[in-house]
Amino acid sequence: MEPAQLSASELSNLLKNKEISATDILDSVYKKIESSENKINAYISLTKEQAYVQAKSVDKKIALGEKLNPLEGIPVAIKDNLCIKGVRTTCASKILKNFIAPYNATVIDKLHAEGCIPIGKTNLDEFAMGSSTENSAFGPSRNPWDYACVPGGSSGGSAACIAADEAIIALGSDTGGSIRQPAAFCGVVGLKPTYGRVSRYGLVAFASSLDQIGPITKNVTDSAFLMNVISGYDSYDSTSNTVPVPDYTKSLIPDIKGLKIGVIKELMGSGTSKGVRDAIQKSINTLTSLGASCEEVSLPSFEYAVATYYIIAPAEASANLARFDGVRYGYRSKENETLVEMYEKTRSEGFGPEVKRRIMIGTYALSSGYYDAYYLKAQKVRTIIRDDFNKQFEKYDVIISPTAPTVAFKFGEKTKDPLSMYLSDIATISINLAGIPAISIPCGFSEGLPVGLQIIGKHFAEETILRCAYAFEQNTDYHKQRPALT
Amino acid sequence: MAITQDDVVRVAKLARLALVDDEKERFTAQLDNILSYVQKLDELDTSKISPTAHALTCQNVLREDIERPFESPEAIMENGPEIEANAFVVPKIV
Repeated sequence: MEPAQLSASELSNLLKNKEISATDILDSVYKKIESSENKINAYISLTKEQAYVQAKSVDKKIALGEKLNPLEGIPVAIKDNLCIKGVRTTCASKILKNFIAPYNATVIDKLHAEGCIPIGKTNLDEFAMGSSTENSAFGPSRNPWDYACVPGGSSGGSAACIAADEAIIALGSDTGGSIRQPAAFCGVVGLKPTYGRVSRYGLVAFASSLDQIGPITKNVTDSAFLMNVISGYDSYDSTSNTVPVPDYTKSLIPDIKGLKIGVIKELMGSGTSKGVRDAIQKSINTLTSLGASCEEVSLPSFEYAVATYYIIAPAEASANLARFDGVRYGYRSKENETLVEMYEKTRSEGFGPEVKRRIMIGTYALSSGYYDAYYLKAQKVRTIIRDDFNKQFEKYDVIISPTAPTVAFKFGEKTKDPLSMYLSDIATISINLAGIPAISIPCGFSEGLPVGLQIIGKHFAEETILRCAYAFEQNTDYHKQRPALT
Repeated sequence: MAITQDDVVRVAKLARLALVDDEKERFTAQLDNILSYVQKLDELDTSKISPTAHALTCQNVLREDIERPFESPEAIMENGPEIEANAFVVPKIV
């Protein structure tokens, strides 16, 4: 097997035993990128030069017999809405096409401190708004399992590059499912941490009360290792949380005897495709055979999650995206008579249609006379959604569901009708509104495409969902199946 | 109709977006579709429920007002579309 096909924990052992060098790993990954990118288009830009400098310093450490950090020397792909100092950060938008980040996101500083090697910036829906990467100004990424299908979104580039062995581990961001849904579509592992667990400093803001950075990896073990690196309080993010960070790798115990699991009834009905339901049913049998108890639970507020989200997220986005005005950074329209004309032309030429749509929904929902009917109403329903989960967590350790109602869909299938695209996030959106953690792991196939199992925990219960995910993974081999890439 | 073309034009102006005619039409239809769907929330009685802005308790975070120098202010200026003498240039305002 080539190094690029291995997991971070496997490569870490090889590095420690001097059976491989960090430069070898990098060579192998960039070779994969070279051979696959014309089909996958997972990356917007590569950071080859800096990556090799870092790899050489890791190799020097190895030669000197110094102790390595767990993820030291491991290539990591970074979603292109995270700032790396001196590197272009585009958010897959024309408006930031030439933006060079003047500082590092906190997660990038943490990766550097660990010795992880950022190898490039991955594709996304513009400003992370979308579920397919079809909204990228740099063209969509393709699903490594079927090039006619979307990789999911918005972190589609990060998920696709992991599935295609074009990176060992990756970071994504998740506002309504943007880590979990692409992980499900591409047959990899994606974790959205509890809101506040990972600092958002240096993540270009979309919806600040919902955004969270998290790992996309080949297996659950790597997810735990990456969580150890990126979690923790940061004074640069005022919503960052001071709850102590445990060692997540201690949760990697293949034992879920007595674990109480609730299965979301609302997501196991006719709104979910039969192939996906079958795979989830089989997963329930697996979990039960491992000693967990599974029973159906009803979360009636699920029905209102998409409507709530599509008020709150655009409202926050309309405020966050006001900063793109052509004054201090990014694209500026040419030859303007007045300042207002410059704002309007810059934003109209710089933003794509989905971003404009969401800015307008948000502006409408916040505008005078509509605030109470839309924004305040949505915030109240958000309370109902959160309480609904909290109530169930009194009875259950984790709650599970399909990560998405279908497997990866075809290009163009949902672009004509924005609402149909929004509804494809039905299974993931509530989790962001409630601020709780959830992981998507491979749990089967339907129509030759991967199906994701979503495991949801209460606030700061990452350890519980990782343990459940690990136990499932150790007793199945879905995560070992790889796309043919022909 | 949840929204009319006049609403779309008004909102676009508030959001500093200049729309061309076919965008106005398209966005009116799409926004109407989305906002009509959102009206589903009216089925729920929320009269006794308090709103949630953040899922976890959030409070003001205070710190000492101490100057923290930014390591490379020139990297900020270099991103400016038009700069002159360490200032961002914009079209005439008054």
